Amino acid sequence: MTNPLTAYIEGIGLIGPGLAGWPSSHAILSGQQPYQPQKTVIPPPELLPAAERRRCGAAIKLALATSLEAIAAARLDAASLQSVFSSSHGDGHNCHAICEMLASEDRQISPTRFHNSVHNAAAGYWSIATGAMASSSVLCAFDASFGAGLLEVLTQVVIDNTRSVLITGETEYPEPLHNVRPLPDALGIALVLAPQQSQQALAQISMSITNDAADQLDDIALETLRLAIPAARGLPLLRAIAQRKTTRVVLDYLDSTRLAVEISPC
Amino acid sequence: MDTLLLSHFTVTSCIGRGLNQTLTAIRQQRSGLAPCTFDTVDLPIFIGEVNGVDATQIVPELAAFDCRNNRLAQLGLEQDGFAEAVTAAIGKYGAERVGVFIGTSTSGILQTELAYRRRDLVTGALPADFHYGTTQNTFSVADFTRHYFGLTGPAVAVSSACSSSAKVFSSARRMMEAGLIDAAVVGGVDTLCLTTLYGFNSLGLLSTQACRPFDTQRDGISIGEAAAFALLERTPEHLASDAVLLLGIGESSDAYHMSSPHPEGLGARMAMQGALKMANLNPAEIDYINLHGTATQSNDLAESKAVTAVFGNSTPCSSSKGATGHTLGAAGGVEAVICALALQHGLMPGGLNTSEIDPALGLNYLLDNREQPVSRALSNSFGFGGTNCSLIFGRAN
Repeated sequence: MTNPLTAYIEGIGLIGPGLAGWPSSHAILSGQQPYQPQKTVIPPPELLPAAERRRCGAAIKLALATSLEAIAAARLDAASLQSVFSSSHGDGHNCHAICEMLASEDRQISPTRFHNSVHNAAAGYWSIATGAMASSSVLCAFDASFGAGLLEVLTQVVIDNTRSVLITGETEYPEPLHNVRPLPDALGIALVLAPQQSQQALAQISMSITNDAADQLDDIALETLRLAIPAARGLPLLRAIAQRKTTRVVLDYLDSTRLAVEISPC
Repeated sequence: MDTLLLSHFTVTSCIGRGLNQTLTAIRQQRSGLAPCTFDTVDLPIFIGEVNGVDATQIVPELAAFDCRNNRLAQLGLEQDGFAEAVTAAIGKYGAERVGVFIGTSTSGILQTELAYRRRDLVTGALPADFHYGTTQNTFSVADFTRHYFGLTGPAVAVSSACSSSAKVFSSARRMMEAGLIDAAVVGGVDTLCLTTLYGFNSLGLLSTQACRPFDTQRDGISIGEAAAFALLERTPEHLASDAVLLLGIGESSDAYHMSSPHPEGLGARMAMQGALKMANLNPAEIDYINLHGTATQSNDLAESKAVTAVFGNSTPCSSSKGATGHTLGAAGGVEAVICALALQHGLMPGGLNTSEIDPALGLNYLLDNREQPVSRALSNSFGFGGTNCSLIFGRAN
């Protein structure tokens, strides 16, 4: 009934617990090296002007780090790219600080706290850092945020016939919100996608909607991570790319609506 | 682009529930802005509060979604036969072939703000009746809409601050063109909360009176709340002459500052030019512009520069914010519906509360309603983080 959406992955960025960038995570995801969970380390946002660097929280730093890794791997200029940001939530620490102040006698939250509270804060800082003036879609679909982002970026790439970067990730909430949204740590994935095959293409992907069961990860710790952080629902796709096999993976999306992705290495 | 049909649409804001009340308020040039008595807010400001939101009972099976934002969403969905139209579309296309794209800035954050007042004194825990995922989370209002209709296709919240519910049209358009869905429920819902009231106050951007877009004395925004929805379908061969079509969309990013627009309106200009290009129209073919027009010094100045750069200074234009207030993530949806009413009824709404148009801005800004045929209207929506979206709507004939 519907033709699959086909695009080429040209660059990958990955940061998470025990996953410090795509090159070093490659062997872990393909099963050649054991996975050893460690606290996520998010590099500082060198690209931001000093004033913005001081003001931004972990969610923004994570988005910058993963996206810039993916864009550098694709040997592209970020300023030329459309973008899709998809996350279950923004800066959890900032949200907590605002809610705490608003429940107190002194409700005078700071301007920086307020503009950092918008869901598109990362997209705003990213465009300031990169100079990208093209369209940016900023999405949220709770636990389905990776799938929602992948759908959006593929429709951008195919329908707008342009390159686009998907930037997806979450950071943890502090208490008391952590108790109601218990993300254990930060994890982000970025993918640069192109409508046509080029020299830097890593894999061709073709996506369609399915009700088939989602793929799980063999390693118990990685599978726990996949289920614990919304962006990690994309890890089976990265594993298939790391394995360099022609294969099909099914990714979690909404309830029984899932995304089937045919992958072939370039 | 292939044009899309807005087969049904509705809006609920402080000027009225549904299209009839909204149209009447526009004809009467009546503003819904009033001094703020919301919750415990102690700011000397005007707001656009929708009456009866908290009296709305969320359908029992979706009780976990109960919060002010989803109450307003349900109130909005139940006006103008909109819910029935969506149900009919589901019958026609299937529950998996109707997508949901809802813009919101703050979703149900008010629920969290209230829960923080009831933290456990010993442990600091939030109360047990607080449901994060179905209220606070940004997706909540899109997820509520999806469950309300029993939809199983793609669903997402678009949250790019004050451009959110303009940009939903773009995501839906691409997904329809890709053949993943046959129809889309698009819209925007945002409700009053302390985060935005005290947040905009911290930026010094709230007026102490009903906002006055493009006035010499303009001094800030009035925050409102609203729910607006449209059902998008592919344009059929035969159309009523007053059918409203989506003709073009333009999007851009300022890449300039988190909370100030580009001073020359560069991103805004790119968005308008992008929409014209996609619609294959010349600037002279736009009859009316519904401006973003927030009534801050910087927005109205930057938007004026952008509009005059693209359109010159003769195209009739106005801002709806003096009537509805700035409904933030719902503004794009509200103003899309106002454009649809302008097209169907040949009515360009005059901007309210403005007594002296700022001559430095150089726009043909309407203060009175103008009754004349409107074939094509452009709507601007801009937001924090430098996000811009322009939409062009047109009559079928």
